[in-house]
Amino acid sequence: MEKKWFTISVYAENNVGLLNRISGIFLKRHINIESLNVSKSEIEQVSKFTIVINTTEDWTRKIVAQIEKQIEVIKAFYHTDEETIYQESALFKIASHLLFDEPQIQNIISESKSKIVTVSREYFVLAKTGRRHEIDEMHDNLEPYGIMQFVRSGRITVSKAEMPITTLINEFYQS
Amino acid sequence: MSMQTLKEKKPEPQNETSIRISGAEAIIHCLLAEDVNLIYGYPGGAIMPVYDELYKFQDKLHHVLTRHEQGATHAAQGFARVTGNVGVAIATSGPGATNLVTGLADAQIDSTPMICITGQVPRHLLGSDAFQETDIIGISTPVTKWNYQITKAAEIPEIMAKAFYIAKSGRPGPVLIDITKNAQFEEFDFSYSRCIGVRSYKPSPKPDTAKIESAAELINNAKRPYIVFGHGVILGKAENQLQTLVEKAGIPSAWTILGLSAMDTDHPLNVGMVGMHGNYGPNVLTNECDVLIAIGMRFDDRVTGNLDTYAKQAKVIHFEIDPAEIDKNVKADIAVLGNAQESLDLLLPLIKENKHEAWHNKFKKCYEEEYNAVIKNDLYPTKEGLTMGEVIEEINLASENKAVIVTDVGQHQMIACRYAKFKQTKSNITSGGLGTMGFALPAAIGAKMGAMDREVVAIIGDGGYQMTIQELATIFQNKTPVKIVVLNNGHLGMVRQWQELFFESRYASTVMTNPDFVKIAEGYRIEAKRVKERKDLKPTIQEMMASKEPYFLEVCVENEDNVFPMIPSGASVSDIRLK
Repeated sequence: MEKKWFTISVYAENNVGLLNRISGIFLKRHINIESLNVSKSEIEQVSKFTIVINTTEDWTRKIVAQIEKQIEVIKAFYHTDEETIYQESALFKIASHLLFDEPQIQNIISESKSKIVTVSREYFVLAKTGRRHEIDEMHDNLEPYGIMQFVRSGRITVSKAEMPITTLINEFYQS
Repeated sequence: MSMQTLKEKKPEPQNETSIRISGAEAIIHCLLAEDVNLIYGYPGGAIMPVYDELYKFQDKLHHVLTRHEQGATHAAQGFARVTGNVGVAIATSGPGATNLVTGLADAQIDSTPMICITGQVPRHLLGSDAFQETDIIGISTPVTKWNYQITKAAEIPEIMAKAFYIAKSGRPGPVLIDITKNAQFEEFDFSYSRCIGVRSYKPSPKPDTAKIESAAELINNAKRPYIVFGHGVILGKAENQLQTLVEKAGIPSAWTILGLSAMDTDHPLNVGMVGMHGNYGPNVLTNECDVLIAIGMRFDDRVTGNLDTYAKQAKVIHFEIDPAEIDKNVKADIAVLGNAQESLDLLLPLIKENKHEAWHNKFKKCYEEEYNAVIKNDLYPTKEGLTMGEVIEEINLASENKAVIVTDVGQHQMIACRYAKFKQTKSNITSGGLGTMGFALPAAIGAKMGAMDREVVAIIGDGGYQMTIQELATIFQNKTPVKIVVLNNGHLGMVRQWQELFFESRYASTVMTNPDFVKIAEGYRIEAKRVKERKDLKPTIQEMMASKEPYFLEVCVENEDNVFPMIPSGASVSDIRLK
């Protein structure tokens, strides 16, 4: 089976140790996590893990089943890139003098649709939100001039289809 | 704070009034409230407050001191497997806790309800590499169904209730609760109510009636239906339903080693054991059936051999409680999620009476072939040396197939599972999934304490026996009348067999220079005998079975016997070798 990018979304209780339990499922199968993001979700007191992996759909399905089996996981889903709206964020810290010495930098800023977050005498910080390839392209364009610091977040996604988590939780309280 | 996010369903408290007690005493009350009156363990610094309470409550809660924490887990497992109740083991922090890991892993893979309670350094020392501190939550995460670290006494009732609920519901498994020492000392207002649900956890899915109907249709129209049943039948208390299904539809049925004893081994439609050292017919005919009905089993690789050639001709119906097992190894045409008893109860009224005599005869023919090639020589040998098979046969005769048989891991285990006879469920206690050498001796202690009215016979190899041999002291101290049979072939027999067959007989580290096992048993003041000759076998086994005391029997068996049939690793079930 062909390897593809899959985004796994995990809705879970916000408990100590759960990240360890979930990451262990990938470790056990020797699968590298390409990106991981943990945040609150649309439901109060429910966390959302967004995990990106590159593997076959068969393995992804089995991993999701193992994740869902964990006691504190409410529900887990997986999606292909086509099925989700997804983005990453990146911050670039650049020496301030380059703004004046290298006019091309200003073109990169405007073409990449990035934002200047802060400016000081020594450096300025650019924030860019978008797809991985857009961030990579901006990184490649800036790199020749020198990047003092670079960081990119894990992928965050929302699915195009409905994820009926609230219904599931309500069913629990009603049953 | 996690206490608020557990989202448990709470029944009305059983006891409206709370009492002000220490965390350590609360642990005892929680255990008593869950009807636990027997636990296994080993004391140490970080769990001492709980042991102090155990001292005060010893008339209500019996603590069995094993000689190693691993022994405590296997004893708890043996107890759980024979009773169906949760087994409890308790240990201190650090090495006490890490010694539980093998038992936890074993209970996890063999779906055994167990709770391990560990002491932990006080909260203010967590993460400081304090004396006997170890991150047992981190260590035990992959081998527990759930685990939790309690750092405040007030958490105890809710977490303990949740632990019991999780350990025994759905597909059972081990839960570890780590309790910091400060939480054991702290006083709080205690009241207890059992947990009846956790919002993120659906233990027992309701069987889908449409799927049950499709399954019934497939079974009713099958020409060569075949049932393989596993531990799920025992855990789901579906033994009667299984037998009714088998008899009504006339379906030949085979078992995995954890399914053994769910159905009378002498039942005419019980065709034997599947898997690497299973019976010939159940393996080869897996690849001739037209409908394979898997009930409460998980298509382990030791059962299926090469998946690419496993039952490819058959429609597969999988009755299973754990959604993660569906399509994990073998793709199911119909997967019925749910407890085996509930599912079969819904299925049975839809099943038409049938007999598949011609198909069943194929199993009988295969059995004849296997009998002539293997079984006859195993059970009724004509050669001088004793076989493991004839020992098992004598135990069957002496116990009238009524004993609980506890086995360790290796050749003797396969031979015992192949030849031991059972009339009653929950009677075969073995380490199936993990293959834990050292399991049997402590597990037999737990099994006996869980079934005092039954004979419990531990059958152990000379290798595995020495991994937990110190539990002879537990047997002596508690006067636990288990019968211990060591089948001594002077080798790590199963590994030696593989070396002979696949590594050109290079016996790397499989030859054992053993101590005098009889003297060792006598050193522990346990009655002990050794049998070297066939003429002594029957009378000594009869003497052992008649004894009301613990009894040790060493049988010196042929050193280089092999277990057959055998599916070589990676081969197909239909390529099973008879020699």
